[in-house]
Amino acid sequence: MALVESTPASKERDARQRDWFERIPAGYWVVCIALLIMPAFASDFTLYQVFGWSFILGMISLSLMFLGGYGGMVSLVQMSVAGLAGYMVAIFGDSAITDISLGWPWYIAIPLALIVAMIFGTIVGSLAVRTEGIYTIMITLAVAAAFFYFTRQNYAVFNGFSGFNGVLPPNLFGVDWRQSVPFYYLTLFWAAVAYFSVLYISRAPFGLALQGVRDNPRRMAALGYNVNAHRIAAYAFAALIAGTGGILLTWQSAQISPGTAGIGPAIDILVIAVIGGMSRPIGPFIGALIYVLLKTFAIDVLLSVGLSGERFQLLIGLGFLAIVFFSPDGLLGLWDRWQDYRKRDPLLDRGEDRL
Amino acid sequence: MTLLEAAGTSVSDRLSVTGTANALELRGVSKLFGALAALSDIDLIVKPGERRAVLGSNGAGKTTLFNCITGDFAPTTGSIRFFGEEVAAFPAQERIRRGLRRTYQISLLFSGLSVLDNVYLACCGVSRGRFSFVRPRRNDALMASAENLVHVVHLDDVRDTKVSDLSYGQQRQLEIAMALSGAPRFILFDEPAAGLSPTERQELIEILTGLPSHMGYIIIEHDMDVALRVAESVTMMHNGQIFKEGKPAEIEEDEEVQALYLGGEEGLGHG
Ligand SMILES: Nc1ncnc2c1ncn2[C@@H]1O[C@H](COP(=O)(O)OP(=O)(O)OP(=O)(O)O)[C@@H](O)[C@H]1O
Ligand SMILES: [Mg+2]
Repeated sequence: MALVESTPASKERDARQRDWFERIPAGYWVVCIALLIMPAFASDFTLYQVFGWSFILGMISLSLMFLGGYGGMVSLVQMSVAGLAGYMVAIFGDSAITDISLGWPWYIAIPLALIVAMIFGTIVGSLAVRTEGIYTIMITLAVAAAFFYFTRQNYAVFNGFSGFNGVLPPNLFGVDWRQSVPFYYLTLFWAAVAYFSVLYISRAPFGLALQGVRDNPRRMAALGYNVNAHRIAAYAFAALIAGTGGILLTWQSAQISPGTAGIGPAIDILVIAVIGGMSRPIGPFIGALIYVLLKTFAIDVLLSVGLSGERFQLLIGLGFLAIVFFSPDGLLGLWDRWQDYRKRDPLLDRGEDRL
Repeated sequence: MTLLEAAGTSVSDRLSVTGTANALELRGVSKLFGALAALSDIDLIVKPGERRAVLGSNGAGKTTLFNCITGDFAPTTGSIRFFGEEVAAFPAQERIRRGLRRTYQISLLFSGLSVLDNVYLACCGVSRGRFSFVRPRRNDALMASAENLVHVVHLDDVRDTKVSDLSYGQQRQLEIAMALSGAPRFILFDEPAAGLSPTERQELIEILTGLPSHMGYIIIEHDMDVALRVAESVTMMHNGQIFKEGKPAEIEEDEEVQALYLGGEEGLGHG
């Protein structure tokens, strides 16, 4: 081992580690700074409705990307996990439905909500890991459907069809977090935490092993890994991200009802991840921004050209088809191909990869 | 996360069974694939530290034997004892954590990851660190042992190369490094020399003969020259059965063996 430590390669790595911030490409700094100073020039509506919502949907979709991209398990239950966390803050904390809400302080209600969401995610995970591919999608979709109908019919705990309204974030530090600027920073902060955690964990033993399980479960078992335990742990971690997103989503509209986590939204989360790309954690956020932009502005565009505003779903569907058709790995895949294309020497390499 | 890890046997448990027991003891192991008996009624005993070569024609059941021992799939019938402990009902990872390792005849590597990451994964698999959410530090013990193993199999130069960009021979070396990870007590090598150049083959022989003497192994090898240099005893398989066991010299001179195997297929002596 002493031999290895003194090789030039490891010295080179030391140097790279010291200057990590220099290795971050300029584009990332631009995006970072743009996001931080956004409130200086964006409207309240843009901050709250476009970016706030994109960050939240991006997080929930990120939990799907974590399971799908790194674990090879496409789970449609992530929106239900998010919804459950939202319900739990309404039930443990405060809402307008005072008969049901327990009114516990936020520092108990929020951790409890996340724990419940993680338990739910873990239980669904332990069912789903017994299946592969299309069956994983089916079983998680079935759970999502069951969750939707259960919350709609259960009045004692979930308050049935109408759910809970008046679910507000705590007035921590004397800030009203539902004002557009604080809400923007709140969601940006948690989206960044989720994004960087996933990025970090993807190279930690747990994340590496998860990718190993995706690529070759049999080999992983032959290396001493308990493949199913690893997959279930991934569901638990994904549930934590989805749950955080779900609580923010509930605060954003100050309400949670069965429709929040219906089958449509569950599939939208998948669509977002696919549009953005599942190969890297930034994909879901790109997908979420596009989804939110379409959902927010497509109606205006459609009305202005004389079509019915209802058709925005059609636009999303067409966009989805176009992206899946041209790039199975979403916009990230298109971006990667564009980068490869630019790097090639036009005289020597053009068209090489078509051979 | 530690709750998810099944508790391994304690060190004292292991030592008590290690004292007298055989490294590997198979009794009446059979494996049926539908009507095909890939293994029928195999009895096999390997002592701790013993180095055994398994020879046999294509389809003799050698790889199937390995798969049953490691738990890649369960034998149809039979008992498998690993250092005295009955492991036939254990899932693969439990056997691996008890010190059993293997390589695959067709490399099963993580092609999207670097050489070092592959070995690092192998090192994590048998440690408690496998659920760690924390990236390895520079002085991480597991990473250090992974780097050391990469060095042992002469892959330092391609340490950060993606496995899909490696040559065939390098992939075979990497398979070996992964089998040496953790603290193996017994290793199964499935045709590690197949397809290697003469130089690579020589390096492989040096790695195998250089292993610590308590580390026994079984090596499947078509090339008699290699087998004779790395093993002290030989088992011959044919049609899912063991039909001869003995010292290399005895096996080489045995008429039945020559008729069935050495004379039967051309070029085996040279690989
Ligand atoms: N998963 C499987 N399903 C069905 N049959 C199998 C399977 N694996 C092996 N077999 C069959 O079992 C028999 C033994 O195969 P095995 O791979 O063990 O032979 P081998 O001795 O390793 O041969 P080789 O020298 O070609 O590697 C063969 O007839 C093979 O077709
Ligand atoms: Mg074989």
